[in-house]
Amino acid sequence: MTNLLEVRNVKRTFPRGSGEELLVLDDVNMTLKEGEIVGLLGRSGSGKSTLLRLIAGLAQPQGGSLTYMGAPIEGPAQGVAMVFQGFALFPWMTVLENVELGLEALGLPQAEIRSRALAAIDLIGLDGYESAYPRELSGGMRQRVGFARAVVVHPNILLMDEPFSALDVLTAENLRTDLVELWGNGKLPIKGIMLVTHNIEEAVLMCDRVLLFSSNPARVSAEVVINLPQPRDRTSPQFEDYVDRIYVEMTAKRIERMRQAHSATGTNMELAHVSPNQISGLIEALAAAPYDGKADLPDIAYEQELEVDELFPVAEAMQLLRLADVEGGDIKLTHMGKRFADSEMNDRKEIFSRALMSYVPLAAHIRKVLDERTSHSAPKTRFLDELEDHMAEDTAEETLKTVVSWARFAELFSYDDDAASFSLENPT
Amino acid sequence: MKILPPVSIEARRLLPSRWDLLAAVMVLGFIVAFADASRLLVQPLASISGNNLDLDPANLPGYALRTGLRMLLAMGLSLAFTFTYATWAAKNPRAGHLLVPLLDILQSVPVLGFLSVTVVWFLSLSPGRIFGAELACVFAIFTSQAWNMAFSFYQSLRTVPEDLTEAGRMFGLSAWARFWRIEAPFAMPPLIWNMMVSMSGGWFFVTLSEAISVGQTSIALPGIGSYIAVAIAQQDMTAILYAIMAMLVVILIYDQLLFRPLVAWADRFRVGDEQSETPPKSWVFDMLRRSRLIDWMTAPFDQMMRWSYRFQPPSFGVRAGFRDADSKLGDIVWYAILAVLGLYAFFRISAFAYLNLAWSDLFTAFGLGCITMLRVVVLIALASLIWTPIGIYVGLRPRLTRIVQPVAQFFAAFPANILFPLAVSLIVFWSLNPDIWLSPLMVLGTQWYILFNVIGGASTIPKELLDAGDNFGVRGWLWWKKIALPAVFPHYLTGAITASGGTWNASIVAEVANWGDTKLRAHGLGAYIADATQAGDFRLVVLGIAVMAFFVVVVNRLFWQPLYWYAERKYRLTS
Repeated sequence: MTNLLEVRNVKRTFPRGSGEELLVLDDVNMTLKEGEIVGLLGRSGSGKSTLLRLIAGLAQPQGGSLTYMGAPIEGPAQGVAMVFQGFALFPWMTVLENVELGLEALGLPQAEIRSRALAAIDLIGLDGYESAYPRELSGGMRQRVGFARAVVVHPNILLMDEPFSALDVLTAENLRTDLVELWGNGKLPIKGIMLVTHNIEEAVLMCDRVLLFSSNPARVSAEVVINLPQPRDRTSPQFEDYVDRIYVEMTAKRIERMRQAHSATGTNMELAHVSPNQISGLIEALAAAPYDGKADLPDIAYEQELEVDELFPVAEAMQLLRLADVEGGDIKLTHMGKRFADSEMNDRKEIFSRALMSYVPLAAHIRKVLDERTSHSAPKTRFLDELEDHMAEDTAEETLKTVVSWARFAELFSYDDDAASFSLENPT
Repeated sequence: MKILPPVSIEARRLLPSRWDLLAAVMVLGFIVAFADASRLLVQPLASISGNNLDLDPANLPGYALRTGLRMLLAMGLSLAFTFTYATWAAKNPRAGHLLVPLLDILQSVPVLGFLSVTVVWFLSLSPGRIFGAELACVFAIFTSQAWNMAFSFYQSLRTVPEDLTEAGRMFGLSAWARFWRIEAPFAMPPLIWNMMVSMSGGWFFVTLSEAISVGQTSIALPGIGSYIAVAIAQQDMTAILYAIMAMLVVILIYDQLLFRPLVAWADRFRVGDEQSETPPKSWVFDMLRRSRLIDWMTAPFDQMMRWSYRFQPPSFGVRAGFRDADSKLGDIVWYAILAVLGLYAFFRISAFAYLNLAWSDLFTAFGLGCITMLRVVVLIALASLIWTPIGIYVGLRPRLTRIVQPVAQFFAAFPANILFPLAVSLIVFWSLNPDIWLSPLMVLGTQWYILFNVIGGASTIPKELLDAGDNFGVRGWLWWKKIALPAVFPHYLTGAITASGGTWNASIVAEVANWGDTKLRAHGLGAYIADATQAGDFRLVVLGIAVMAFFVVVVNRLFWQPLYWYAERKYRLTS
């Protein structure tokens, strides 16, 4: 089998406020062979979409090489088509015109453009919608247009950037099974597919191989080969084993790193945006039956209808605040977590406040500064500048936003967005 | 569709950058150069067709046709300018640094300013013939139309959704094809809105652009504008009424044959999910769309465009889209050229000022500028007080909106000169103070932008918010204070910024009112520039223009821009 795509030691950085570079992809290696569906699985911000854009030729790496059919990628290559998360359909073109666009760019004769477009529309199940405008269609039908538009150019590689994540659960499943079936029957004029996703089950359902991305900086942390025949059954024990395995892989390293990070302390810890309500909600769910304080991550994700992208940050925040322990694909409430679950609102705030002061250096730091100043207030820029020394601008903003929302819940200090300043006072 | 104000609101800093200064110096240098040249050129001719313009209404259709064609020609030029200038500014960061502030300065220079310094040059192009005068006239209309269109297009190009451009690149569209198939369509709805605004602006200054009078040069090109000018000079009230009717007809024709079809056509370029509640309708558009004729006529053009999309510039596909690593050498050359140009312009300006102007001139102009600023502030405040509540009332009632919008559009196009007879008679009859009572003429055309935008804002307030207000029994003053006014605030600001700029511009025609031999003058920078133009005193014209542009830009930067961003952050309803 030949390699459609080879990615060797790819490195990608973004410029940061302080003039330094932020590493988003570090030493990434992968291949895509003919006849394969390869999944890139990781959390948002893990750089998997960045890698997809490099492969698409929409951006250039700072190091390493990307080779498509033996030639280096130096721009959008013919034979690489993409399906976008937000569909990216042109609202002023009909379904047919949207599908024909890529063929026109190839400069084919009009008659061939028309016949190929109609064939693709037929294949993807869009018959009868040719003259509709995208805004008249439901999300599922829109993404079908996205697929038809990509398939019609007979690409060697189909890139899919979270193509199902903007759809509701039923529509997404319907589209996934249709796609897998077309692929299985060999009806798609495509040689290989790359799927970016943060949905573990989706990856196990569709892919032959799944590459797990770890973040900060992103690299491929593990490869899982899914040895299951298509069509796959979500309820089969083998399927669940794969899902469990990936959960463990994805949590273990991060949590381990977090444990180490605390002991090191410092105010340069990045905090993903998790609201206190999400934390309270998950604690309550964990405390209640059937979990009684301990749950399997895939199970609770399924029960609470949480995507991995939503579950992991909450679980990590709980880990950080010592309200729960995450280990080996399980999450378990700590003593504090259990007390939190049993308490009334005011005691919860008290517990949360103490956890912030003990385990979130940034929160303690802000509180300390406010206590020391006679005015008991400080501008936002004071802390933002400090953070930006260590992280990218938007990460710094998000970290600060997270701390603000936690501190507000804990009534540790308050923040006035109009004046962009922190203070100890609440409106009286 | 989000309408942005026609000034640069991108930069969120208060202090002028080097680029602002460079842009100011270059525009002023350009004006100075023209003014200098104009004084040196032999004043070529006393008048073209001066008073032999006939007030017989039978001539009006012919005049209206000529005026209409000039407007169309100027609109074509404005579009050409928009597509090139704005695209260049948006696509080339190197050029954009300068071009955006340049546009900012240009739109703050009063229309009469461009006209007075260039007319002699235009006339010298074809001495003794009408051609040069026609060029000057079209150029004057162009300067009242082009800037806001260019701003709108630039702002649209900068906000094309990234996944659309990425999809275009993925599917192998060349930069040329992407421009016509993705970027231009995306920019179309706001651009067409701005074309309508520009058309109104063109009408407002139609007398000024057709009946040109700079120093000894006096031209009256056959057209509605000159017709009004002559009618005012001869105190012919009936003729004024005829002119109003002719104008109304031309505006209606433009509306029905050009703008309404354009708006109906551009509705498909809206980005957004919701079907518009009442899709814009146009019988002309329906007719054109149904008839085969138009297909048949546009087919070759269409074919040609499709064919042109296939050409890929040789650089494309190699390193397309990775311009960030532009050559250092190019930078150096570019900045060097700019520095030289800027220095040269600065030198010209200094020499001009040193030879021609005394400090006392500057103080006079500045003082008058303050008076005009006071007028603008008071008038915009008054107009806001009146039109904001009305706009909210209308905007919440879709049927009323459909009636009010076109009427207001007509009023926006109404030239101030037409009200001169009324204003002058009233002021003379009651012996009123012209310093106060001429002022309302300044907002005559511009107050409508507040109304338009507030109506637009009120009609997009989410129904749920209004329902919530009803549900909690919020009514009366509390309703205005807590719900209606905050909800339209960002839209109001866009309108007020547009109106404020336009009001400065209008001061030139509004601070001086003539009716036959009666000449009324208010103290202000507008009257100062108008008088200097009449007298052909180029040094004062240049000074007046510079001071006015300074005021407009400073007010925009120090007042409107911060307010705009505050409103964007706090009051923008993201729905």
